[in-house]
Amino acid sequence: MDNMTITSAQYQERDGEKVGIWATLNGVQTGVPLDPANTDYAEIMRQVAAGTLTIADAD
Amino acid sequence: MSKAAELAALIGSGQAQGDKNLIINGAMAVAQRGVSFTSPSAGAYTLDRFKYNENFGAACTITQSTDVPSSNGFLNSMKIDITTAATPANAEEFKIDYGVEGQDFSRAGFGTSGAQALTLSFWVKSNVTGVYRVNFLNKNGTGNKIVGGTYTINIASTWENKTIAIPADTAQATYLTNVEGFRIEFYLASGPDRTSGSLPTDWISYDATRRAAGQAVNLASNTSNEWYITGVQLEIGDVATPFEHESYGDTLLKCQRYYIEFGSNGASGCFLGSTFAYVSRTIPQMRATPSISVETLTGYIDQYGTTSRNAGSVAVSHTEGHIIIYGNSMSGGSTGNPAFLRKQTYLSAEL
Repeated sequence: MDNMTITSAQYQERDGEKVGIWATLNGVQTGVPLDPANTDYAEIMRQVAAGTLTIADAD
Repeated sequence: MSKAAELAALIGSGQAQGDKNLIINGAMAVAQRGVSFTSPSAGAYTLDRFKYNENFGAACTITQSTDVPSSNGFLNSMKIDITTAATPANAEEFKIDYGVEGQDFSRAGFGTSGAQALTLSFWVKSNVTGVYRVNFLNKNGTGNKIVGGTYTINIASTWENKTIAIPADTAQATYLTNVEGFRIEFYLASGPDRTSGSLPTDWISYDATRRAAGQAVNLASNTSNEWYITGVQLEIGDVATPFEHESYGDTLLKCQRYYIEFGSNGASGCFLGSTFAYVSRTIPQMRATPSISVETLTGYIDQYGTTSRNAGSVAVSHTEGHIIIYGNSMSGGSTGNPAFLRKQTYLSAEL
């Protein structure tokens, strides 16, 4: 397991569908795709499952 | 054994074939993200394909160094220079990780009766003599397994060539897809919760107390400490063969499966309402849909190449090697207006 710090996460939508997560990873604003093979996405979902991170709805 | 028999055995082992090294950028030649990293964050990639992990308040500067073992053809090494000393407690750790994509590791045949042993070799140098642990993970959805080896730096500040044997695992296959199947962890320090068990010399189910067992050195104990590594090679078989050098271009292409930067090169796209879209084809195809970050969202796009437009965020999609970069929440553009990408864009599909 990495020790990545994730300080914010918000879904991105296009045409009403979730297409990604706009998150701050180790201080860097990053667009994270909803791809289980993407390790940033996997880490976000691990922290969500652990109850230490919440993904906000899209604006 | 006759020369012919030796040659036949070598060919049969696969060691005489090209592309024998499962490590990409083992010579530390490619550094797309830069050549110096001050106090990198945990989980950060520095020189291509090598990931930094530290979580107890030590700090270091990582550089692409030209200090190399002599007469071996290397131009670069990775240097870790401690800038803040600290001592790990509990399960805290300090290590450099390298992940192998599962489908690339299939040649080892893990999980079958034909599973093969592997050999890790590398050149290393440090002013801190003593025993260091290298941990190996067989990653599989049913549970990770570990095995380990140690090496000893015998002479301070002198390049030494090290070899570690990795036994075959006939019982469990690694992931065999585009996710991480096999990981090498070069430990540089570890808290007692990672070392209280014994060194696993054969594959065992994951045991946190044995993950760094054998690690005796705390490289972060003093700000005068430093550690160098290059010539990292992981190959099938129980013999370490000479490092397989390859061209810079070949190594760069392999690295770009995992990380690519787009320069502020005026790459063109167009507006779709309040979204800017830029389509490209990545060569090689990236490992997975990458994460995207940018130099700055301010002035990210130039409409007609003359009018600066800010993006509220960026996103990316990836289909069969085609990348579409989106600048979201942009104002001022109209559908069909051409525009140009003006800031550095970073795509990461690392393991």
